[in-house]
Order: sequence, then C-alpha cells, then structure tokens
Amino acid sequence: MNALLAIAQRDLVKLLRDRARLSVNIAFPIMLIAGLGTVLQSSVGQVTGLDAVTVAFTGVLAATLFQSTAAGMISIVEDRENDFSRELFVTPVSRMTLVSGKVLGETVVALFQGGCVIAFALIFGVRMSGGQFVALLGPMLACCLLGGAFGLAALALVPNQRTAMSVFQFLIIPQYVLTGVVAPLHGLPRYLDILAWAMPLRYAVELTRSAFYAGRSGYSTVITAGPPVDIPVVTGLFVALLMVGAMLFDYRERTR
Amino acid sequence: MPIVEVDGLVKRYRGSTNNAVDDISFTVAEGTLFCLLGPNGAGKTTTVSILTTTLTPTAGRVRIAGHDLATSQSAIRRTLGIVFQQPSLDLNLTAEENIRIHAVLYGLYPWRPTFSLMPRHYREQIDQLASVLGIAHNLRRKVHTFSGGMRRKLEIVRALMHRPAVLFLDEPTAGLDPESRRSLWDYLRQTRREFGTTVFLTTHYLAEAESADTVCVILDGRIVERGAPAEIKARHAPFEPRWQLVAPTLEDAYLHLLDTA
Repeated sequence: MNALLAIAQRDLVKLLRDRARLSVNIAFPIMLIAGLGTVLQSSVGQVTGLDAVTVAFTGVLAATLFQSTAAGMISIVEDRENDFSRELFVTPVSRMTLVSGKVLGETVVALFQGGCVIAFALIFGVRMSGGQFVALLGPMLACCLLGGAFGLAALALVPNQRTAMSVFQFLIIPQYVLTGVVAPLHGLPRYLDILAWAMPLRYAVELTRSAFYAGRSGYSTVITAGPPVDIPVVTGLFVALLMVGAMLFDYRERTR
Repeated sequence: MPIVEVDGLVKRYRGSTNNAVDDISFTVAEGTLFCLLGPNGAGKTTTVSILTTTLTPTAGRVRIAGHDLATSQSAIRRTLGIVFQQPSLDLNLTAEENIRIHAVLYGLYPWRPTFSLMPRHYREQIDQLASVLGIAHNLRRKVHTFSGGMRRKLEIVRALMHRPAVLFLDEPTAGLDPESRRSLWDYLRQTRREFGTTVFLTTHYLAEAESADTVCVILDGRIVERGAPAEIKARHAPFEPRWQLVAPTLEDAYLHLLDTA
C-alpha cells in the first residue's frame, strides 16, 4: 500500500505542477457541456423532452474521467523515454503494484477534474440533488478505473510519446462519437450499433447516466442496457485490461 | 565467497543475428570492487541490465547474494543498488522527492505526503547523505535545474539509501568534471569501508579501474581477459623503454590488449 501511494502521489504532484495540462483538461469538458449542450437543446432537447445540457453533462463527466485516466497512462511511455521506468523496475515492488499505483494516481487527478466539471455544470444550470451527487460517486470511480486500465493496455507496448498520442486519439475519438457522450444514440445502423457495444466508454457513460437519472423521468430515454449489464461489463473489462496491461508493460521492458 | 555468480550468460536481442553477450562466466567476491571493461558495444551495459533484472537473458545462470535470477528476482532487487548509464531521475520532482519515492518503494519507510511528515530517521539520513555529497542545500530544488554532476551524486545517494549488498555503477562518472569524479570516489571508498558494499563498476576511465580487486575485459560479448590490475598489466603492457622511468598503467595494458585481441 505504501508503494501504491508513493507512485500515485508522484502523478498527482506532476499534474499540479503542470498548469497548462491542468487548464486544458478542465476547459475541454466545460466547453463540451456549455457549447454542445446548448446547441443540441433545439434538436435533442425537443425530441427527448430532456434538458440537453444535463444529458451532455452526464456523458461528458463520464468521458472526462475515462479519458483523463486513460491519457494519464501516457506517462508510462514518458517514464520509459526518460529512463525513470528502469528505476521503478529495479525496486522490489511487483509490476501489478506499479501499474495499480499509476492507475490510482491518475484516478485522483481525474476525480479532481470531475469535481471541476460538476461545479461548472451547476453554474451552467444543471440541477442536481444531494442524492444524485452521492449516487454519481461510485460510477465516477468506475469510469476512472476503467479508463486507467484501458489506457494501460492500449499504451503498454507503444515505443514513444508521439506514437502514444496517435494511438490514443485513434482509440478515443471513435468512442466519443459512437457511445452517445453528448446525446444518447438511437437507431444506429446494425454495424455501427455492434461497434458501439464494443466500446468500453459506452458502459462508463451508461453507468453514470443511470445513476443520475435513476427513478426520474427520462431514464428509459437515455439508458439502453442499464446497470445489470453495465456493472459486470465494467468490472470484467477493468480486471482483464489491468492484467493484460501489467503483463504487456513488464514484457515490453524486459524483452528488448 | 562470491556474491555474484554468472555462468554461461547469453543475450541475443530481437532481430539480431549476433549475441550481445556470448557465453560469459565470472564471479565477484563479496566486499570487492569488480570492474567490467570494454569498448562501446562490447556488452557491458547488457550484462549489467541482466544482472539488475531489467533485461531477460537468452540463456545462462545468474546468482546474486545466494538468490537465483530465474526464480527470485524480488529478493535480488532488495540486495542491489544501481546507478544506470543514463540518468533515471524524475526531473519534475525535487531531489528529496526522488529519494523519498525510492525509500518508500524499498520498504525502508512508510509513505507520507511531505518531507516534514516523514520519520525523523529518514530526515536525518537524507541530510547526512546529502551533506556528504555537497547537495544538502539543493534537496528542495527540482532535478531539472541540477547540473550533470549533481544529478549523478543524487542518483548515488538514492542507490545507497537501502544499504545494498551490491552496488552496480554503469559508467557513473561519464560526463563529470574531475572534481565531481574525485568527490564521488571519495564517497564510494568511504561507503565500502563502512558497509563492506560490493561494487560492480563499468567505466571508460581506466584510472578508476586501477584500484579494482578484479578487472574483466569484455570484447564483442566475450570475456577476453580477467585478473587483478597488476596481473593484466604484467601480461599485456607492451614493452617500452619509458617503463624504466614510470610504471605502465592499466590503460596501456588495456589498449594493447584490444589491439592484439
């Protein structure tokens, strides 16, 4: 646990000292909620009868947490380039602890961003009860952990940061489009629907929306599968991706 | 009693047709200074990487402090201190933060979020190590502001925090000015006297190898000579009239050995 906390703290300290990254990470989701949410009010809002800014907020919150932890895993590539990963690898700490510490650190970073997104959403008129806020906490944590494991598995074998950025964009942008981050998607062509179900972010978005809209009108409009499907999928994906990521991370470092 | 035993070690990198390390065997006695010499690309860093568990060997057997590399890597890592050829510090953290992560990962101290909350013994140990190496006033500065010499000193402080049985130094003084080199070696000599630390050194500064107990010369992945510096000089220093006035150096013998090997 001490090793886990030490690695996690390092990532948090680095973010807090990197003001440019911090500002961009907070500004991007706010622009999505305020900009796209307002624009979609005249279309999505009228069709669904729901407040489009609120719908966008729930999706963007999940996507922000997922993307932030996933993108944070690029630091394993940065560490490799700077040779700091060698220092970590010669310590008597298991590979699983090393990668778990990374995921935990990026989770704390993402939750900080998530807190900022919630604060700005409230300013932009999203109405949220105390009960809804509490209900969001579990799914928010799940989004972070799934994003971290996804980022680890996706980037563990990547040789440098430039490639990591390209791979990351290739894997994230389709998920933003196909998982209904800004507005729920209905009536997709069959092949796109199958592709959308294969995207990890879809389950994170649904889990967050189902917690926010639970017991409220509009639940059936924004949710397609629901927690009985989302929870086991998110849990299973997290465990599988973390284990695969840890294995690839170790393999990449030791078999040159 | 050997603390490092290497038997038939082979490493071939992916896609290569040659062995970077080609069936080498040697032992390092406990408490000694062992020096692995060789030109660039000879296999020194590959050997060190395998012995420090960061690279998987293709074949061969390695035992360090009684632990088998194939089965007890975690136990081996506890016994090692390493200063890599390329600096492996986090440049965005302060010097003290780099050391603190190391100390916590080795289980020396519990994790605490700040220096002031760390146990008193940790703070005293840091102050003592840093003052010996002359970086006490820079502990709170971010490492990216450090000179090359200061970074090397910091890495050595970090590597010695957990009092390793074997300290691997892979070209530790490359790029350092003579004053920094001298102060590093003074500190290393003191550490060896105090704690009996075995030092496994690779270097291109042959003057540093003069005080080694054993020198091994590796060329194209194979060991071509081994022995005490005096023995190697006796076997390989070419005859020159000036030896009547000054003794041949290890560098004279080494260069002649490479020419004739």
